[in-house]
Amino acid sequence: MINVFEVNETNKMIQQENLDVRTITMGISLLDCADSDLNKLNENIYNKITTCAKDLVKTGQEIEKEFGIPIVNKRISITPIAMVGASACHTPEDYVTIAKTLDRAAKTVGVNFLGGYSAVVSKGMTKSDELLIRSIPQALAQTEFICSSVNVGSTKTGINMDAVKLMGEIVKETAEVTADRDSLGCAKLVVLCNAPDDNPFMAGAFHGVSEADCIINVGVSGPGVVKYALESVRDANFEVLCETIKKTAFKITRVGQLVAQEASKRLGVPFGIIDLSLAPTPAIGDSVADILQEIGLERAGAPGTTAALALLNDQVKKGGVMASSYVGGLSGAFIPVSEDQGMIDSVLAGALTIEKLEAMTCVCSVGLDMIAIPGDTKATTISGIIADEAAIGMVNQKTTAVRVIPVVGKTVGDTVEFGGLLGYAPIMPVNNFDCSRIVNRAGRIPAPIHSFKN
Amino acid sequence: MKKVVITVVGKDTVGIIARVCTYLADAGVNILDISQTIVSGYFNMMMIVDMSASKRSFDEMQAELDKAGEDIGVSIKCQREEIFDMMHRI
Repeated sequence: MINVFEVNETNKMIQQENLDVRTITMGISLLDCADSDLNKLNENIYNKITTCAKDLVKTGQEIEKEFGIPIVNKRISITPIAMVGASACHTPEDYVTIAKTLDRAAKTVGVNFLGGYSAVVSKGMTKSDELLIRSIPQALAQTEFICSSVNVGSTKTGINMDAVKLMGEIVKETAEVTADRDSLGCAKLVVLCNAPDDNPFMAGAFHGVSEADCIINVGVSGPGVVKYALESVRDANFEVLCETIKKTAFKITRVGQLVAQEASKRLGVPFGIIDLSLAPTPAIGDSVADILQEIGLERAGAPGTTAALALLNDQVKKGGVMASSYVGGLSGAFIPVSEDQGMIDSVLAGALTIEKLEAMTCVCSVGLDMIAIPGDTKATTISGIIADEAAIGMVNQKTTAVRVIPVVGKTVGDTVEFGGLLGYAPIMPVNNFDCSRIVNRAGRIPAPIHSFKN
Repeated sequence: MKKVVITVVGKDTVGIIARVCTYLADAGVNILDISQTIVSGYFNMMMIVDMSASKRSFDEMQAELDKAGEDIGVSIKCQREEIFDMMHRI
């Protein structure tokens, strides 16, 4: 039987070390909502979401109460809207009406984000993909809960450089139309390479076409728990360090597995995957940067940071994989800047630059995330940043992403406040040497040689 | 069996166990295991109970024990046992 020490250990993780389940995300397929009449399409979408997810928030709250574990977010991911709206939408404004419907549905069921205002254009863009992408700035400006993502490349297809160019412009435009809110729209827009179909985390969540009609995916978290565990083995060798991370990741993931099973059972919806990510929040003691520092760095960004992160990411996976029957999504350490107090401090101390963050993205689960950059950064420069990240993802067969916020009217030295889980960020300097000639070449970068495995 | 773990933490005083046990007896909740320690004046108790024959729902018991804890100045938490089993047993 369970003993008092085990009970105390679990409750200490929850009460003092910020252990939580970061999100229960319900994936809903909207393919059966498609209609050539826009009003009918909007009605179908609203009805399907509010029917499938009507008990999602309530069930999440019940599980929280019974097991005593906080479930921070209840969210929804949907089929990329560019596919669903293809036959009904003839202008970007048509797509914006869908965004508003989604926003209304999200509000009705009480979730805090809905992801999937997305297009998958890793090889080419259809007319409807392009219309959706062009509607993103207005869609994000006129809604509250919608997250948008665009997949511009993959290891199998190469990189769609036309889409990369367009996304640089779209990020700029989104910043401009939400300038009154410190360009907040860009915090809900991510450009991906190798985007997974089952990611429960925002802003990149969407419900891929390879998925079932409705599923439950769960994202676990717990950087604080790993950090506290490492404090007890300070200065031990790498074997001990790795064992400690693995054991902790196992325990964290088991809680996620339990929550996923319970949610799936109570909602009568199949369980999809557990995403084993270490996702930080701006709360003190809930930071991935703090773990890197505990491993032995003065600041995140110091030489050795990439090695420490590679080790951390690998051990989290090794510990977590055994704890769950199905692991998927992004599964690794997240390194957003504005959502991690340790990262913010490292930037302010001058230890962490965008270039170092780019190196770190080669060994962790996502990419350049929640980075505020000067508002006067050129669209082509943003496209260049996206192309670099996509190339890292394409060649290394991993997911990479760019979520940068060119904050209108602000420059290096200023700070921007997004609020809540999105946190705050100092504006980081960007290399401003011109890259417009490579960005303006039309076409796509071919798939790398090692993708030809057949 | 519907096992629930009850933890009681707070400043030691007379009658904490009596209060909790009386409540559980009235509610028809069977106690399977109790362990208790005092660490530097702080009372720390864990109980494993079976709610199969309980007259109260989980929510009611949680709310009522929370209230009882407030009265005697300790914090009382109820959690389903599975969260501990999942984390500490393979």
